[in-house]
Amino acid sequence: MAKKLPKVDVVIVGVGWAGGIIAAELTKQGLNCVGLERGIERKTEDYFMVHDELRYALRYDLMQNLSKETITFRGNEKLRALPMRQYGSFLLGEGLGGSGVHWNGQTYRFLPYDFEIRTKTIERYGENKIPKDMTIQDWGITYDELEPYFDKFEKMAGISGEENPLAGKRSSPYPTPPMKTTPALEKFKKAATNLKLHPYNRPSANLSEAYTNPDGVARAACQYCAYCERFGCEYGAKADPVVTVIPVAKKTGKFEIRTHSNVRRVLKSGNKATGVMYVDTTTGEEIEQPADIVVLTSYVFNNVRLLLQSGIGRPYDPVSGTGVIGKNYAYQVQKGNATGFFEKEEFNTYAGAGSLGMVVDDFNGDNFDHSNLNFIHGGSIAISQTGLRPISNNIVPKGTPTWGKEFKANSVKYANRVLSVGGQGASMPFRHHYLDLDPTYKDEFGDPLIRITYDFEEQDRQLAKFLTDRCREIMKEMGANKIDTMQELGPYDITTYQSTHNTGGIIMGADPNTSAVNNFSQMWDAENVFVVGATAFAHNSGYNPTGTVGAFAYRAAEGILSYKQKGGILA
Amino acid sequence: MADKSKQQEKNESLSRRKFLKNSGIAVGGLAVGGALGSLLPFKDKTTNTQVVKNQGASESYNLALMYFTREQFNIVEAATERIFPADDKGPGAKDLGVAYFIDHQLSGDWGFNSREYMQPPFFKGEKVQGYQGRLRRREIFDIGLREFQNHSLTKFKKNFVELSEEEQNDILTDFAEDKINLTTISPSGFFNMLRSSTLEGVYSDPLYSGNRNMEGWKMRNYPGSQMAYTQVIDKEFTVIPPKSLKDHLGH
Repeated sequence: MAKKLPKVDVVIVGVGWAGGIIAAELTKQGLNCVGLERGIERKTEDYFMVHDELRYALRYDLMQNLSKETITFRGNEKLRALPMRQYGSFLLGEGLGGSGVHWNGQTYRFLPYDFEIRTKTIERYGENKIPKDMTIQDWGITYDELEPYFDKFEKMAGISGEENPLAGKRSSPYPTPPMKTTPALEKFKKAATNLKLHPYNRPSANLSEAYTNPDGVARAACQYCAYCERFGCEYGAKADPVVTVIPVAKKTGKFEIRTHSNVRRVLKSGNKATGVMYVDTTTGEEIEQPADIVVLTSYVFNNVRLLLQSGIGRPYDPVSGTGVIGKNYAYQVQKGNATGFFEKEEFNTYAGAGSLGMVVDDFNGDNFDHSNLNFIHGGSIAISQTGLRPISNNIVPKGTPTWGKEFKANSVKYANRVLSVGGQGASMPFRHHYLDLDPTYKDEFGDPLIRITYDFEEQDRQLAKFLTDRCREIMKEMGANKIDTMQELGPYDITTYQSTHNTGGIIMGADPNTSAVNNFSQMWDAENVFVVGATAFAHNSGYNPTGTVGAFAYRAAEGILSYKQKGGILA
Repeated sequence: MADKSKQQEKNESLSRRKFLKNSGIAVGGLAVGGALGSLLPFKDKTTNTQVVKNQGASESYNLALMYFTREQFNIVEAATERIFPADDKGPGAKDLGVAYFIDHQLSGDWGFNSREYMQPPFFKGEKVQGYQGRLRRREIFDIGLREFQNHSLTKFKKNFVELSEEEQNDILTDFAEDKINLTTISPSGFFNMLRSSTLEGVYSDPLYSGNRNMEGWKMRNYPGSQMAYTQVIDKEFTVIPPKSLKDHLGH
């Protein structure tokens, strides 16, 4: 029999960006919140020894321990899904701050086109432009409705940036100026301008200068130390829930964080949740935490898994296309790129920051004509200077052996002579791409793992090829002596890192038949359950997801406050 | 001057050892700690720090084995040197301590796959589904190194370490390109693991026993672990002498 604790207003499952934002906003308004985090506590002081590529980048020190829980994967429904036994394609964060600790800080707003993708695609190209199995749909919210929440997230995090001429309108400029422009970025900017494109400095959560946010949280400027992705920031210069929203929530005295608390079930009575059941992983004890409102803010996979395990919402059925939980799983088409080798120049690419980069959006969203192209949407194209750490970056011209004398000579020769331009392609949902519970493999408690059924489609192959060609043109204009590019996208491969931009499964929309949550992230089928995160994305854009997750979290917080007052379905 | 102080150190350390031996305090290598230290007539504090510093730079105590047998160690040392050989740019895997690095890694989490999902059932999957074996890295190394040896004996009638460089390359190529058949492990899978751990040993912080004296980093002008690059980030290429994690502790 589980130990039952006194009821609270709100229980938050997973304390990363979404959980932290919700906690800060609700506790400011006087609600009592408990945050259940299955990982450990984290603080800036933990990163004293963080410049350790082996420990953090290759041994995944900050990531979820896969021996306890992982996901299973198969390319299509005819295959047997098998566990992801080791990390590869994406990295699952764990611990206070979640993936917000080890992200790069690249903070975009999705395009106006994204939120109305189906309507706008049909408007411009007709219904036949959308392949039969491609399940794109409008998100039930517009860019203009979401704009104030983007603004709120950016001001909280102190995003450094400059106006992107091809993006949605902004109500105010970025709170801090763009990061420094390096010689490599300058080269990209010049080349892109020559090609009549519209380069801009990448919006960055690595602060360009010291900043105090509206909550009164002061942070220092980024030192360009080059250890962002997969690492925590020892300066607090990278916006991270641990140095921004979590302390604000704690200061109210109304936010209790319990780490080592792994939620296994959302408890329900009728069509409302009554709380959650979790395990204190330090003692093994099962504990029930009753609450008026349950907010799921863990990573995409666990949000979906919790709902399916708890029998909340209608599970998606890929055969009939009905049901919603697990629907529209999408990812990112990341491999379209061009690598340039420069014989006469070396660059300080050992230095950098997670979000230091220069971007063009001329081939993103519907910013260009798709009439004669066999795909929709597109991707951002960028040069990134995140820091080329030496174990993971031994880039040699094609034709060089992968080991031995020539490999060594070239890997050393080109160590500081390589620049890459890469496309971050959008990922469209398909009827047969989805998440459900694996019938075979279990986690440490004996609960089923989540199963991913996903592969690249013709849409993705065409898009990757298109982005590759655009990247090559820019790289050529940048003056590289030799350029290597992706040849073919190939099948989706879970063993090579692409991005931790998994999306969908509990998507947002205006229609309860085709979506799981409304535009306040409130579940249609359980009005006191809010699911906040990239799970709400009906497809994934050609950008990093965090800015849009942040905006959704601020809007959800507003929704929760109003639900607490009035009850009922909000939208 | 420097030589003189070195000689002095040597004498003192000899006499110190003699003292320990004669005093009967040092039994089974357990003689350490404050109490004993205070018994010893030793140098003043400033010089003492100097000694510690020198020892740190020339480092030696972790050049011992936690997992490999002598024979395995020799094979790994020879094979990784072929993967990352010494040349006019700088040392190869052997002189960078890569074999020690791999040995030490195999004795910990990585060698036991202890942060990876190792639950049954085990099925052979598609390549894109990743490693699905039940063997852990240290077991794969045991098998792989034995098969290096077997293949060398079959092909050249000699142990792997006795082969010429070309012959060793030949054996490694057969593994890398799956030109031999093994029932237990994937030859190319093992080779790739050896290759990636070689690069880890060449370029990880010297803390882990490879990248000796940061020579791996120096070879490619990588500055190692610096606190800040604000001074150079927007400048032309700048060579910065490397620092390691040890520097952050204030040694």
